[in-house]
Amino acid sequence: MSTYGEKIRISDLHAFYGESHILHGIDLNVKQGELVTLLGRNGAGRSTTLRSIMNMVGRRSGTININGRQTIGMASHRIAHLGIGYCPEERAIFSSLNVEENLMLPPAVRSDGMCVEEIYDMFPNLYERRYSQGTRLSGGEQQMLALARILRSGANILLLDEITEGLAPVIVKKLGEVLQKLKQRGLTILLVEQNFRFAAPIADRHYVMEHGHIVEEVGAHELEARADMLHTYLGV
Amino acid sequence: MATFLGINLFGLFGQLLVGLINGSFYALLSLGLAIIFGLLKIINFAQGAMYMLGAFAAWMALNYFGINYWAALILVPLAVGFAGVLIERVLLRPIAGEDHLYSLLLTFGIALVLQGLFTQIYGASGQPYSIPDALKGGTKLPFMYLPDYRAWIIVASVVVCGLTWFMIEKTRLGAYLRAGTENPAMLQAFGINVPLIVTLTFGFGVGLAGFAGVMAAPVYSVSPDMGSNMLIVVFAIVVIGGMGSIGGAILTGLGMGIIEGLTKYFYPEASTTVIFAVMVIVLLLKPAGLFGKEA
Repeated sequence: MSTYGEKIRISDLHAFYGESHILHGIDLNVKQGELVTLLGRNGAGRSTTLRSIMNMVGRRSGTININGRQTIGMASHRIAHLGIGYCPEERAIFSSLNVEENLMLPPAVRSDGMCVEEIYDMFPNLYERRYSQGTRLSGGEQQMLALARILRSGANILLLDEITEGLAPVIVKKLGEVLQKLKQRGLTILLVEQNFRFAAPIADRHYVMEHGHIVEEVGAHELEARADMLHTYLGV
Repeated sequence: MATFLGINLFGLFGQLLVGLINGSFYALLSLGLAIIFGLLKIINFAQGAMYMLGAFAAWMALNYFGINYWAALILVPLAVGFAGVLIERVLLRPIAGEDHLYSLLLTFGIALVLQGLFTQIYGASGQPYSIPDALKGGTKLPFMYLPDYRAWIIVASVVVCGLTWFMIEKTRLGAYLRAGTENPAMLQAFGINVPLIVTLTFGFGVGLAGFAGVMAAPVYSVSPDMGSNMLIVVFAIVVIGGMGSIGGAILTGLGMGIIEGLTKYFYPEASTTVIFAVMVIVLLLKPAGLFGKEA
Protein backbone atom coordinates (compact mmCIF):
# COMPACT_ATOMS: atom_id res chain seq x y z
CA MET A 1 0.00 0.00 0.00
CA SER A 2 1.14 3.50 -0.60
CA THR A 3 1.87 5.89 2.15
CA TYR A 4 0.47 9.38 2.17
CA GLY A 5 2.17 11.79 -0.21
CA GLU A 6 3.75 9.11 -2.34
CA LYS A 7 3.10 9.92 -6.02
CA ILE A 8 5.03 7.12 -7.73
CA ARG A 9 5.88 3.71 -6.28
CA ILE A 10 7.41 1.11 -8.54
CA SER A 11 8.19 -2.42 -7.40
CA ASP A 12 9.84 -5.25 -9.27
CA LEU A 13 9.26 -3.65 -12.67
CA HIS A 14 10.38 -5.65 -15.66
CA ALA A 15 10.07 -4.27 -19.17
CA PHE A 16 10.59 -5.82 -22.57
CA TYR A 17 10.89 -4.65 -26.17
CA GLY A 18 10.05 -7.72 -28.19
CA GLU A 19 12.50 -10.38 -26.99
CA SER A 20 14.83 -7.91 -25.28
CA HIS A 21 14.54 -7.78 -21.52
CA ILE A 22 15.41 -4.15 -20.68
CA LEU A 23 14.43 -3.57 -17.04
CA HIS A 24 15.23 -6.25 -14.49
CA GLY A 25 13.16 -5.56 -11.40
CA ILE A 26 13.20 -1.84 -10.72
CA ASP A 27 12.13 -0.51 -7.30
CA LEU A 28 11.78 3.21 -6.77
CA ASN A 29 9.48 5.76 -5.24
CA VAL A 30 8.95 9.49 -5.56
CA LYS A 31 7.13 11.51 -2.91
CA GLN A 32 4.96 14.52 -3.53
CA GLY A 33 7.00 17.65 -4.27
CA GLU A 34 10.24 15.72 -4.69
CA LEU A 35 12.60 16.07 -7.61
CA VAL A 36 14.29 12.73 -8.18
CA THR A 37 16.76 11.92 -10.93
CA LEU A 38 17.63 8.74 -12.75
CA LEU A 39 21.35 8.82 -13.47
CA GLY A 40 23.37 6.38 -15.49
CA ARG A 41 25.02 5.78 -18.80
CA ASN A 42 23.23 5.52 -22.13
CA GLY A 43 21.37 2.24 -22.38
CA ALA A 44 21.14 1.79 -18.60
CA GLY A 45 17.33 1.73 -18.84
CA ARG A 46 16.48 5.22 -17.60
CA SER A 47 14.32 6.25 -20.59
CA THR A 48 12.71 2.83 -20.60
CA THR A 49 11.73 3.37 -16.96
CA LEU A 50 9.84 6.54 -17.92
CA ARG A 51 8.30 4.88 -20.95
CA SER A 52 7.23 1.94 -18.79
CA ILE A 53 5.40 4.29 -16.44
CA MET A 54 3.45 5.55 -19.48
CA ASN A 55 2.85 1.99 -20.75
CA MET A 56 4.77 2.77 -23.93
CA VAL A 57 7.01 -0.30 -23.95
CA GLY A 58 6.27 -3.65 -25.55
CA ARG A 59 5.48 -5.53 -22.35
CA ARG A 60 5.89 -4.81 -18.66
CA SER A 61 5.28 -6.63 -15.39
CA GLY A 62 5.47 -5.74 -11.72
CA THR A 63 3.75 -2.92 -9.90
CA ILE A 64 3.54 0.75 -10.82
CA ASN A 65 1.39 2.75 -8.43
CA ILE A 66 0.52 6.33 -9.34
CA ASN A 67 -1.21 8.19 -6.50
CA GLY A 68 -1.70 4.76 -4.96
CA ARG A 69 -3.41 3.30 -8.04
CA GLN A 70 -2.01 0.26 -9.78
CA THR A 71 -1.50 1.14 -13.47
CA ILE A 72 0.15 -1.93 -14.93
CA GLY A 73 -3.00 -2.92 -16.83
CA MET A 74 -4.02 0.61 -17.79
CA ALA A 75 -3.97 2.08 -21.32
CA SER A 76 -1.55 4.94 -21.67
CA HIS A 77 -4.20 7.65 -22.12
CA ARG A 78 -5.78 6.67 -18.81
CA ILE A 79 -2.42 6.85 -17.06
CA ALA A 80 -1.99 10.43 -18.29
CA HIS A 81 -5.29 11.35 -16.66
CA LEU A 82 -3.88 10.40 -13.26
CA GLY A 83 -1.98 13.67 -13.56
CA ILE A 84 1.17 12.61 -15.38
CA GLY A 85 2.94 14.72 -17.98
CA TYR A 86 5.59 12.95 -20.04
CA CYS A 87 8.25 14.79 -21.98
CA PRO A 88 10.17 12.29 -24.14
CA GLU A 89 13.82 12.58 -25.05
CA GLU A 90 13.02 13.36 -28.69
CA ARG A 91 10.59 16.06 -27.45
CA ALA A 92 7.88 14.88 -29.87
CA ILE A 93 6.89 18.29 -31.16
CA PHE A 94 4.34 17.70 -33.92
CA SER A 95 5.44 19.14 -37.27
CA SER A 96 1.91 19.25 -38.67
CA LEU A 97 0.81 21.53 -35.80
CA ASN A 98 1.87 25.10 -35.13
CA VAL A 99 3.34 26.16 -31.79
CA GLU A 100 0.02 27.13 -30.26
CA GLU A 101 -1.70 23.96 -31.51
CA ASN A 102 1.15 21.93 -30.00
CA LEU A 103 0.70 23.80 -26.74
CA MET A 104 -3.07 23.28 -26.67
CA LEU A 105 -2.94 19.64 -27.80
CA PRO A 106 -2.84 17.74 -24.50
CA PRO A 107 -6.25 17.72 -22.83
CA ALA A 108 -6.48 18.89 -19.23
CA VAL A 109 -5.60 15.94 -17.01
CA ARG A 110 -6.25 17.97 -13.85
CA SER A 111 -8.19 21.16 -13.33
CA ASP A 112 -5.47 23.46 -12.05
CA GLY A 113 -3.07 23.60 -15.00
CA MET A 114 -1.22 26.78 -15.89
CA CYS A 115 -3.21 29.07 -18.15
CA VAL A 116 -1.88 30.12 -21.53
CA GLU A 117 -0.97 33.62 -20.26
CA GLU A 118 1.16 32.14 -17.48
CA ILE A 119 2.86 29.84 -19.97
CA TYR A 120 3.66 32.67 -22.36
CA ASP A 121 4.85 34.71 -19.41
CA MET A 122 7.27 31.95 -18.46
CA PHE A 123 8.35 31.31 -22.08
CA PRO A 124 8.04 34.59 -24.02
CA ASN A 125 9.71 33.08 -27.10
CA LEU A 126 6.80 30.72 -27.56
CA TYR A 127 4.36 33.63 -27.66
CA GLU A 128 6.37 35.40 -30.35
CA ARG A 129 6.46 32.27 -32.47
CA ARG A 130 3.02 30.89 -31.67
CA TYR A 131 1.95 30.60 -35.33
CA SER A 132 5.19 28.98 -36.53
CA GLN A 133 5.29 25.32 -37.44
CA GLY A 134 6.23 23.44 -34.26
CA THR A 135 9.39 21.87 -35.63
CA ARG A 136 10.68 25.18 -37.03
CA LEU A 137 11.60 26.28 -33.50
CA SER A 138 15.17 26.07 -32.26
CA GLY A 139 16.08 23.08 -30.11
CA GLY A 140 15.79 25.14 -26.94
CA GLU A 141 12.41 26.56 -27.92
CA GLN A 142 11.16 23.09 -28.81
CA GLN A 143 12.24 21.88 -25.37
CA MET A 144 10.38 24.74 -23.71
CA LEU A 145 7.32 23.97 -25.81
CA ALA A 146 7.48 20.31 -24.82
CA LEU A 147 7.63 21.35 -21.17
CA ALA A 148 5.00 24.09 -21.49
CA ARG A 149 2.65 21.63 -23.16
CA ILE A 150 2.47 19.34 -20.14
CA LEU A 151 2.32 22.21 -17.65
CA ARG A 152 -0.79 23.58 -19.34
CA SER A 153 -2.49 20.20 -19.03
CA GLY A 154 -2.30 20.48 -15.26
CA ALA A 155 -0.07 17.44 -14.83
CA ASN A 156 1.49 17.47 -11.35
CA ILE A 157 3.78 14.50 -11.84
CA LEU A 158 6.34 15.24 -14.54
CA LEU A 159 8.45 12.61 -16.26
CA LEU A 160 11.24 14.50 -18.01
CA ASP A 161 13.73 12.74 -20.26
CA GLU A 162 17.07 14.46 -21.00
CA ILE A 163 15.60 17.93 -21.25
CA THR A 164 19.00 19.66 -21.39
CA GLU A 165 20.49 17.45 -24.07
CA GLY A 166 22.17 19.40 -26.85
CA LEU A 167 21.09 22.81 -25.58
CA ALA A 168 23.15 25.97 -25.09
CA PRO A 169 24.25 26.78 -21.51
CA VAL A 170 21.97 29.82 -21.30
CA ILE A 171 18.94 27.65 -22.13
CA VAL A 172 20.04 24.97 -19.68
CA LYS A 173 20.22 27.66 -16.99
CA LYS A 174 16.71 28.83 -17.90
CA LEU A 175 15.40 25.27 -17.68
CA GLY A 176 17.01 24.93 -14.25
CA GLU A 177 15.13 28.02 -13.09
CA VAL A 178 11.89 26.65 -14.49
CA LEU A 179 12.34 23.37 -12.64
CA GLN A 180 13.02 25.29 -9.39
CA LYS A 181 9.77 27.21 -9.88
CA LEU A 182 7.84 24.03 -10.55
CA LYS A 183 9.28 22.48 -7.42
CA GLN A 184 8.17 25.46 -5.39
CA ARG A 185 4.68 24.94 -6.76
CA GLY A 186 4.77 21.44 -5.28
CA LEU A 187 5.06 19.48 -8.52
CA THR A 188 6.62 16.05 -8.40
CA ILE A 189 9.39 15.47 -10.93
CA LEU A 190 11.19 12.34 -12.08
CA LEU A 191 14.10 13.49 -14.22
CA VAL A 192 16.34 11.46 -16.48
CA GLU A 193 19.50 13.49 -16.83
CA GLN A 194 22.94 13.07 -18.34
CA ASN A 195 24.11 16.48 -17.18
CA PHE A 196 24.97 15.82 -13.55
CA ARG A 197 25.97 19.45 -12.91
CA PHE A 198 22.47 20.49 -13.96
CA ALA A 199 20.74 17.90 -11.81
CA ALA A 200 22.83 18.00 -8.65
CA PRO A 201 21.81 21.41 -7.25
CA ILE A 202 18.07 20.98 -7.80
CA ALA A 203 17.44 17.31 -7.01
CA ASP A 204 16.44 15.83 -3.66
CA ARG A 205 17.53 12.30 -4.45
CA HIS A 206 19.26 10.34 -7.18
CA TYR A 207 18.89 6.78 -8.37
CA VAL A 208 21.81 5.35 -10.29
CA MET A 209 20.93 2.79 -12.96
CA GLU A 210 23.06 0.24 -14.73
CA HIS A 211 22.10 -2.62 -17.07
CA GLY A 212 18.41 -2.31 -16.24
CA HIS A 213 18.92 -2.33 -12.46
CA ILE A 214 18.92 0.39 -9.86
CA VAL A 215 22.36 0.05 -8.27
CA GLU A 216 22.49 3.00 -5.87
CA GLU A 217 20.26 5.52 -4.20
CA VAL A 218 21.92 8.77 -3.13
CA GLY A 219 20.39 11.64 -1.16
CA ALA A 220 21.32 15.20 -2.07
CA HIS A 221 23.27 15.62 1.19
CA GLU A 222 25.40 12.51 0.52
CA LEU A 223 26.64 13.65 -2.89
CA GLU A 224 30.06 14.83 -1.78
CA ALA A 225 30.71 11.85 0.42
CA ARG A 226 29.85 9.45 -2.36
CA ALA A 227 31.40 11.29 -5.27
CA ASP A 228 33.82 8.44 -5.98
CA MET A 229 31.03 5.94 -6.36
CA LEU A 230 29.15 8.26 -8.73
CA HIS A 231 32.33 8.81 -10.68
CA THR A 232 32.67 5.07 -11.20
CA TYR A 233 29.12 4.63 -12.47
CA LEU A 234 28.72 7.78 -14.49
CA GLY A 235 32.24 8.50 -15.60
CA VAL A 236 31.84 12.18 -14.75
CA MET B 1 -23.06 26.17 -83.42
CA ALA B 2 -20.77 28.25 -81.21
CA THR B 3 -17.15 27.69 -82.12
CA PHE B 4 -13.91 29.38 -81.13
CA LEU B 5 -10.67 28.65 -83.04
CA GLY B 6 -12.46 25.65 -84.47
CA ILE B 7 -13.39 24.30 -81.05
CA ASN B 8 -16.99 23.33 -80.52
CA LEU B 9 -17.69 25.16 -77.26
CA PHE B 10 -20.88 23.21 -76.51
CA GLY B 11 -18.98 19.98 -76.71
CA LEU B 12 -16.03 21.29 -74.75
CA PHE B 13 -18.06 22.71 -71.88
CA GLY B 14 -20.21 19.60 -71.84
CA GLN B 15 -17.15 17.40 -71.34
CA LEU B 16 -15.71 19.82 -68.79
CA LEU B 17 -18.91 19.48 -66.80
CA VAL B 18 -18.78 15.70 -66.97
CA GLY B 19 -15.16 15.95 -65.87
CA LEU B 20 -16.08 18.13 -62.91
CA ILE B 21 -18.82 15.71 -61.86
CA ASN B 22 -16.43 12.77 -62.01
CA GLY B 23 -13.84 14.91 -60.25
CA SER B 24 -16.32 15.60 -57.43
CA PHE B 25 -16.66 11.89 -56.80
CA TYR B 26 -12.91 11.32 -57.13
CA ALA B 27 -12.34 14.09 -54.57
CA LEU B 28 -14.80 12.64 -52.04
CA LEU B 29 -13.43 9.12 -52.37
CA SER B 30 -9.75 10.00 -52.37
CA LEU B 31 -10.30 12.33 -49.40
CA GLY B 32 -11.74 9.42 -47.41
CA LEU B 33 -8.83 7.20 -48.45
CA ALA B 34 -6.28 9.86 -47.50
CA ILE B 35 -7.79 10.41 -44.03
CA ILE B 36 -7.88 6.69 -43.31
CA PHE B 37 -4.38 6.13 -44.63
CA GLY B 38 -3.03 9.02 -42.58
CA LEU B 39 -4.09 7.73 -39.19
CA LEU B 40 -4.44 3.97 -39.69
CA LYS B 41 -1.74 3.49 -42.38
CA ILE B 42 -4.27 1.24 -44.05
CA ILE B 43 -4.96 1.27 -47.76
CA ASN B 44 -8.69 0.74 -47.65
CA PHE B 45 -9.58 -1.38 -50.66
CA ALA B 46 -13.18 -1.47 -49.44
CA GLN B 47 -13.62 2.27 -50.10
CA GLY B 48 -15.22 1.56 -53.51
CA ALA B 49 -17.51 -1.05 -51.97
CA MET B 50 -18.59 1.52 -49.35
CA TYR B 51 -19.43 3.93 -52.17
CA MET B 52 -21.49 1.18 -53.82
CA LEU B 53 -23.06 0.40 -50.43
CA GLY B 54 -24.04 4.08 -50.09
CA ALA B 55 -25.77 4.07 -53.48
CA PHE B 56 -27.57 0.80 -52.75
CA ALA B 57 -28.56 1.97 -49.27
CA ALA B 58 -30.15 5.07 -50.81
CA TRP B 59 -31.96 2.88 -53.34
CA MET B 60 -33.15 0.45 -50.66
CA ALA B 61 -34.19 3.28 -48.34
CA LEU B 62 -36.37 4.71 -51.10
CA ASN B 63 -37.85 1.48 -52.36
CA TYR B 64 -38.32 -0.40 -49.08
CA PHE B 65 -38.95 2.39 -46.59
CA GLY B 66 -40.00 5.37 -48.69
CA ILE B 67 -37.09 7.45 -47.39
CA ASN B 68 -36.46 10.20 -49.92
CA TYR B 69 -33.16 11.43 -51.37
CA TRP B 70 -32.66 14.30 -48.93
CA ALA B 71 -33.16 12.15 -45.85
CA ALA B 72 -30.94 9.48 -47.39
CA LEU B 73 -28.22 12.06 -47.92
CA ILE B 74 -27.98 12.39 -44.12
CA LEU B 75 -28.92 8.89 -42.95
CA VAL B 76 -26.97 6.75 -45.42
CA PRO B 77 -23.51 8.25 -44.69
CA LEU B 78 -24.22 7.71 -40.99
CA ALA B 79 -25.23 4.10 -41.63
CA VAL B 80 -22.25 3.41 -43.88
CA GLY B 81 -19.98 5.14 -41.34
CA PHE B 82 -21.41 2.87 -38.64
CA ALA B 83 -20.65 -0.14 -40.83
CA GLY B 84 -17.10 1.24 -41.02
CA VAL B 85 -16.94 1.49 -37.23
CA LEU B 86 -17.95 -2.16 -36.95
CA ILE B 87 -15.41 -3.22 -39.59
CA GLU B 88 -12.63 -1.37 -37.76
CA ARG B 89 -13.53 -2.71 -34.32
CA VAL B 90 -14.30 -6.30 -35.26
CA LEU B 91 -12.02 -7.02 -38.22
CA LEU B 92 -9.21 -4.47 -38.51
CA ARG B 93 -8.41 -3.94 -34.80
CA PRO B 94 -7.28 -7.54 -34.18
CA ILE B 95 -4.70 -7.31 -37.00
CA ALA B 96 -3.62 -3.72 -36.27
CA GLY B 97 -0.17 -4.85 -35.09
CA GLU B 98 0.49 -7.06 -38.12
CA ASP B 99 2.05 -6.14 -41.45
CA HIS B 100 -0.12 -3.68 -43.42
CA LEU B 101 -0.44 -6.27 -46.17
CA TYR B 102 -2.94 -8.10 -43.94
CA SER B 103 -5.29 -5.14 -43.64
CA LEU B 104 -4.98 -4.45 -47.35
CA LEU B 105 -5.98 -8.03 -48.16
CA LEU B 106 -8.74 -7.94 -45.56
CA THR B 107 -10.34 -4.79 -46.98
CA PHE B 108 -9.95 -6.22 -50.49
CA GLY B 109 -11.81 -9.30 -49.26
CA ILE B 110 -14.55 -7.18 -47.72
CA ALA B 111 -14.98 -5.39 -51.05
CA LEU B 112 -15.28 -8.69 -52.94
CA VAL B 113 -17.77 -10.12 -50.43
CA LEU B 114 -19.99 -7.02 -50.56
CA GLN B 115 -19.88 -6.83 -54.34
CA GLY B 116 -20.67 -10.53 -54.63
CA LEU B 117 -23.49 -10.26 -52.14
CA PHE B 118 -25.20 -7.42 -54.01
CA THR B 119 -24.68 -9.13 -57.37
CA GLN B 120 -26.30 -12.26 -55.93
CA ILE B 121 -29.33 -10.36 -54.65
CA TYR B 122 -29.85 -7.63 -57.25
CA GLY B 123 -28.04 -8.94 -60.32
CA ALA B 124 -25.24 -7.24 -62.19
CA SER B 125 -27.42 -4.76 -64.06
CA GLY B 126 -28.09 -1.37 -62.56
CA GLN B 127 -31.08 -0.22 -60.55
CA PRO B 128 -32.67 3.11 -61.49
CA TYR B 129 -32.79 5.96 -58.97
CA SER B 130 -34.45 9.14 -60.09
CA ILE B 131 -33.24 12.68 -59.54
CA PRO B 132 -35.13 14.41 -56.69
CA ASP B 133 -37.97 16.63 -57.95
CA ALA B 134 -36.44 19.85 -56.66
CA LEU B 135 -33.35 19.34 -58.84
CA LYS B 136 -34.99 18.11 -62.06
CA GLY B 137 -34.68 21.44 -63.89
CA GLY B 138 -31.68 23.09 -65.42
CA THR B 139 -30.17 26.42 -66.42
CA LYS B 140 -29.29 27.54 -69.91
CA LEU B 141 -25.84 29.13 -69.90
CA PRO B 142 -24.25 30.86 -72.94
CA PHE B 143 -22.33 27.79 -74.04
CA MET B 144 -24.13 24.94 -72.40
CA TYR B 145 -27.16 23.60 -70.63
CA LEU B 146 -26.46 22.97 -66.93
CA PRO B 147 -28.81 20.46 -65.29
CA ASP B 148 -29.53 21.41 -61.66
CA TYR B 149 -28.60 18.04 -60.27
CA ARG B 150 -25.15 18.18 -61.89
CA ALA B 151 -24.57 21.62 -60.43
CA TRP B 152 -25.72 20.31 -57.05
CA ILE B 153 -23.18 17.45 -57.15
CA ILE B 154 -20.32 19.86 -57.72
CA VAL B 155 -21.47 22.33 -55.06
CA ALA B 156 -22.27 19.68 -52.43
CA SER B 157 -19.01 17.84 -53.00
CA VAL B 158 -16.92 21.01 -52.82
CA VAL B 159 -18.73 22.07 -49.63
CA VAL B 160 -18.31 18.68 -47.94
CA CYS B 161 -14.64 18.47 -48.97
CA GLY B 162 -14.09 22.04 -47.81
CA LEU B 163 -15.72 21.44 -44.43
CA THR B 164 -13.69 18.28 -43.96
CA TRP B 165 -10.50 20.15 -44.81
CA PHE B 166 -11.41 22.91 -42.36
CA MET B 167 -12.20 20.43 -39.61
CA ILE B 168 -8.88 18.64 -40.04
CA GLU B 169 -6.62 21.66 -40.56
CA LYS B 170 -8.22 24.26 -38.29
CA THR B 171 -9.97 22.65 -35.32
CA ARG B 172 -8.93 20.97 -32.07
CA LEU B 173 -10.35 17.64 -33.23
CA GLY B 174 -8.37 17.97 -36.45
CA ALA B 175 -5.23 18.68 -34.42
CA TYR B 176 -5.74 15.33 -32.69
CA LEU B 177 -6.04 13.67 -36.09
CA ARG B 178 -2.90 15.36 -37.43
CA ALA B 179 -0.94 14.61 -34.27
CA GLY B 180 -2.17 11.01 -34.30
CA THR B 181 -1.09 10.65 -37.93
CA GLU B 182 2.40 11.78 -36.90
CA ASN B 183 2.93 10.06 -33.54
CA PRO B 184 -0.04 8.12 -32.17
CA ALA B 185 1.83 6.71 -29.14
CA MET B 186 2.78 10.18 -27.92
CA LEU B 187 -0.72 11.54 -28.52
CA GLN B 188 -2.10 8.75 -26.38
CA ALA B 189 0.47 9.47 -23.66
CA PHE B 190 -1.01 12.97 -23.46
CA GLY B 191 -4.31 11.43 -22.42
CA ILE B 192 -6.16 11.15 -25.74
CA ASN B 193 -8.10 7.97 -26.39
CA VAL B 194 -6.31 7.16 -29.65
CA PRO B 195 -8.03 3.81 -30.30
CA LEU B 196 -11.38 5.62 -30.21
CA ILE B 197 -10.11 8.29 -32.62
CA VAL B 198 -8.88 5.56 -34.96
CA THR B 199 -12.32 3.92 -34.98
CA LEU B 200 -14.15 7.21 -35.57
CA THR B 201 -11.71 8.22 -38.29
CA PHE B 202 -12.25 5.00 -40.18
CA GLY B 203 -16.01 5.47 -39.80
CA PHE B 204 -15.78 9.04 -41.06
CA GLY B 205 -13.59 8.18 -44.06
CA VAL B 206 -15.94 5.37 -45.02
CA GLY B 207 -18.97 7.62 -44.40
CA LEU B 208 -17.60 10.05 -47.00
CA ALA B 209 -17.67 7.20 -49.53
CA GLY B 210 -21.28 6.47 -48.49
CA PHE B 211 -22.15 10.13 -49.06
CA ALA B 212 -20.57 9.99 -52.53
CA GLY B 213 -22.62 6.86 -53.20
CA VAL B 214 -25.92 8.60 -52.43
CA MET B 215 -24.94 11.53 -54.64
CA ALA B 216 -23.99 9.13 -57.44
CA ALA B 217 -27.21 7.08 -57.32
CA PRO B 218 -29.24 9.42 -59.60
CA VAL B 219 -26.46 9.96 -62.17
CA TYR B 220 -24.76 6.59 -62.46
CA SER B 221 -26.79 3.43 -62.34
CA VAL B 222 -26.84 1.75 -58.94
CA SER B 223 -24.93 -1.44 -59.64
CA PRO B 224 -22.70 -3.80 -57.64
CA ASP B 225 -19.60 -3.07 -59.72
CA MET B 226 -19.87 0.75 -59.60
CA GLY B 227 -17.39 0.89 -56.73
CA SER B 228 -14.71 -1.37 -58.13
CA ASN B 229 -14.76 0.54 -61.43
CA MET B 230 -14.27 3.79 -59.56
CA LEU B 231 -11.68 2.56 -57.09
CA ILE B 232 -8.88 1.84 -59.57
CA VAL B 233 -9.04 5.42 -60.85
CA VAL B 234 -9.25 6.79 -57.30
CA PHE B 235 -6.13 4.88 -56.28
CA ALA B 236 -4.29 6.40 -59.22
CA ILE B 237 -5.48 9.82 -58.04
CA VAL B 238 -4.30 9.20 -54.49
CA VAL B 239 -0.90 8.19 -55.86
CA ILE B 240 -0.77 11.36 -57.98
CA GLY B 241 -1.78 13.62 -55.09
CA GLY B 242 0.43 11.93 -52.54
CA MET B 243 -0.80 9.81 -49.64
CA GLY B 244 -1.80 11.60 -46.49
CA SER B 245 -2.28 15.14 -47.85
CA ILE B 246 -5.86 16.24 -47.20
CA GLY B 247 -5.92 19.32 -49.43
CA GLY B 248 -3.91 17.45 -52.03
CA ALA B 249 -6.45 14.63 -52.23
CA ILE B 250 -9.29 17.11 -52.84
CA LEU B 251 -7.48 19.22 -55.45
CA THR B 252 -6.07 16.23 -57.30
CA GLY B 253 -9.51 14.58 -57.40
CA LEU B 254 -11.16 17.62 -58.98
CA GLY B 255 -8.18 18.32 -61.24
CA MET B 256 -7.98 14.79 -62.59
CA GLY B 257 -11.71 14.87 -63.32
CA ILE B 258 -11.18 17.99 -65.40
CA ILE B 259 -8.16 16.54 -67.21
CA GLU B 260 -10.19 13.44 -67.99
CA GLY B 261 -13.05 15.61 -69.32
CA LEU B 262 -10.71 17.65 -71.53
CA THR B 263 -9.13 14.50 -72.89
CA LYS B 264 -12.60 13.18 -73.72
CA TYR B 265 -13.09 16.21 -75.91
CA PHE B 266 -9.69 16.56 -77.56
CA TYR B 267 -8.64 12.92 -77.83
CA PRO B 268 -11.44 10.63 -76.67
CA GLU B 269 -9.41 7.45 -77.28
CA ALA B 270 -7.12 8.37 -74.35
CA SER B 271 -9.81 9.45 -71.90
CA THR B 272 -9.78 6.24 -69.87
CA THR B 273 -6.00 6.05 -69.70
CA VAL B 274 -4.99 9.69 -69.25
CA ILE B 275 -5.10 9.52 -65.45
CA PHE B 276 -2.78 6.52 -65.43
CA ALA B 277 -0.45 8.29 -67.84
CA VAL B 278 -0.35 11.24 -65.44
CA MET B 279 0.30 8.82 -62.59
CA VAL B 280 3.32 7.35 -64.39
CA ILE B 281 4.75 10.81 -65.10
CA VAL B 282 4.21 11.98 -61.50
CA LEU B 283 5.79 8.81 -60.11
CA LEU B 284 8.84 9.34 -62.32
CA LEU B 285 9.28 13.02 -61.47
CA LYS B 286 7.97 13.26 -57.90
CA PRO B 287 7.60 9.81 -56.35
CA ALA B 288 5.92 11.12 -53.17
CA GLY B 289 3.10 12.64 -55.24
CA LEU B 290 2.27 16.25 -56.09
CA PHE B 291 1.36 17.17 -52.50
CA GLY B 292 3.13 14.39 -50.62
CA LYS B 293 6.07 14.92 -48.31
CA GLU B 294 9.35 13.41 -49.47
CA ALA B 295 10.35 10.76 -46.97
